[in-house]
Amino acid sequence: MEEFIVTENLTKTYGTVQAVQNLNLKVHSGEIFGFLGPNGAGKTTTIRMMTTLTKPTSGRVWVGGFDVVKEADKVKNVIGVVQQHLSLDRDLTVKENIEFHGRLHHLSASERRKRINELLDYVELTDCADRMVDTLSGGMKKRAAIVSSLMHKPKVLFLDEPTVGLDAQTRRRMWDLLRRLNLDGTTIFLTTHYIEEAEALCQRVGIMHHGKLIALDNPLELRKKLGLVTVETLVNGKETRYQYFADREAAKRYVQNLGSDAKTVIIRDSNLEDFFVEQTGEKVGGN
Amino acid sequence: MLTMLKDIYSILWVDLCFLKRHWLSTLAISLVSPLLYLVAFGYGLGRGVDVGGVNYLAFVMPGIIALTSMSASFTGASSKLHVDRLFYKSFDECLMSPISLFSIVIGKALIGVVRGLLSSVAILIVGIILSPLLIVSPLLILVLIMSCLVFALFGVFIALVISSHQAMSTFSNLVILPMTFLSGTFFSLSQLPEAVKVVLYLLPLTHSSESLRAVALGQPFPWLSFLALLGFALFFFSACMVALKRASV
Ligand SMILES: Nc1ncnc2c1ncn2[C@@H]1O[C@H](COP(=O)(O)OP(=O)(O)OP(=O)(O)O)[C@@H](O)[C@H]1O
Ligand SMILES: [Mg+2]
Repeated sequence: MEEFIVTENLTKTYGTVQAVQNLNLKVHSGEIFGFLGPNGAGKTTTIRMMTTLTKPTSGRVWVGGFDVVKEADKVKNVIGVVQQHLSLDRDLTVKENIEFHGRLHHLSASERRKRINELLDYVELTDCADRMVDTLSGGMKKRAAIVSSLMHKPKVLFLDEPTVGLDAQTRRRMWDLLRRLNLDGTTIFLTTHYIEEAEALCQRVGIMHHGKLIALDNPLELRKKLGLVTVETLVNGKETRYQYFADREAAKRYVQNLGSDAKTVIIRDSNLEDFFVEQTGEKVGGN
Repeated sequence: MLTMLKDIYSILWVDLCFLKRHWLSTLAISLVSPLLYLVAFGYGLGRGVDVGGVNYLAFVMPGIIALTSMSASFTGASSKLHVDRLFYKSFDECLMSPISLFSIVIGKALIGVVRGLLSSVAILIVGIILSPLLIVSPLLILVLIMSCLVFALFGVFIALVISSHQAMSTFSNLVILPMTFLSGTFFSLSQLPEAVKVVLYLLPLTHSSESLRAVALGQPFPWLSFLALLGFALFFFSACMVALKRASV
């Protein structure tokens, strides 16, 4: 399997804050990779280092085989980026924004026209082409930003929290769009703090905590390490206790033998949230 | 070379799109204070006053054109750029594109030049109507463009290093506003003590207004001031490049 993104002891410090510490990560060509972690974990900082915007304090990072610091120009041609804070120009129309992006990447006038129509159609935004970005809904803005980042046919698309603030239905449409892009050959690197998003979309996830990578694997493997089944019990009416088991049988046996002080027993599939809490003692979405 | 010109135009293009939509309000806002100065100083204070043999209105007109070129180019280059950089982050799109830093700086400065010229030519037209002594020549236009370029590059530089919206307006109040009044725009520097003169010649606007006044009134052209403007342009341009290189920290 070919590695598309490789980091080697990638580190970024801001004053005394260690935003990213000794990150060693490989992202395969053609996969959807999820970067998971709570606020301030260092996800955006990592993306910014991978996309030439922030210089690492130490360590190295390669994208598409090019060193991001030394061969920034080559990296810029293979990456598409949708930033956490949508970096569209709000005073322009959707079309103008996309056109600008095409110009920035040296597309000819005819190529631009063709790509704009194609892509707007692809994300179902053709009707909004001439609307000002400011007047779009959150979901439309995200799609507009995706279109613009795809103008120059990047090999890898970075998305920083692409579904924050979207309703459940819009989020699923976004997932479909990302899957479609991925099937068409684009490697996808996305950050999220929605567990179900990582589980639904990503072949592999990396979990960040206080700037450190604390796990890296596919979601199922991570859950297996913990146990695929979770039992939640309310002890003494106050504290919820979590126990993990390899399968439902083992979980049931445990529940049958519980003492009388345990109430409200829930048996469910474990998830990445459980994994994260067990590893860190904190919740992904904050407490 | 051709790619570079195309790149510069790409950077300018997006701001021109914005200007096409808002040119009237942009122009109107930039003309408010110059017109107020014109009324207050040209007609109010300066009525019947002579400076070095010319009436005060003819004297002050080039100064007002110079300060218009300063404020319109400075604001024109900096206002959208600092918002795009700090709040919308859309400036990151330029930084992540294969366009060179050189082209980005020039492109971003050119929108300041365009907006500066728009406003100062408007004031120039008012000047031609009000003051028959004003001589319009190709050299005048050249000096005007030079002046716009200096302050546009200055604006780009400030927009690249400023860290908040608050800082932007503080800067305008502490640097741009005093420069408006002190740079020989409203009075002749020849009456001032040497020490003060030296300080005032460190301000780029002094050289804009001195050169513009000399051409507009048909006096001998102060080539040194023109060279100084050129020097300021180079200085601010280099400062922009350094600021951009350090932007990715
Ligand atoms: N430009 C900066 N200057 C100083 N500190 C910074 C800067 N950018 C990020 N940090 C710090 O680095 C740490 C990681 O921030 P980062 O934005 O990468 O987190 P994140 O995982 O993207 O969080 P979120 O989910 O909130 O977006 C934080 O403690 C943050 O305060
Ligand atoms: Mg973030």
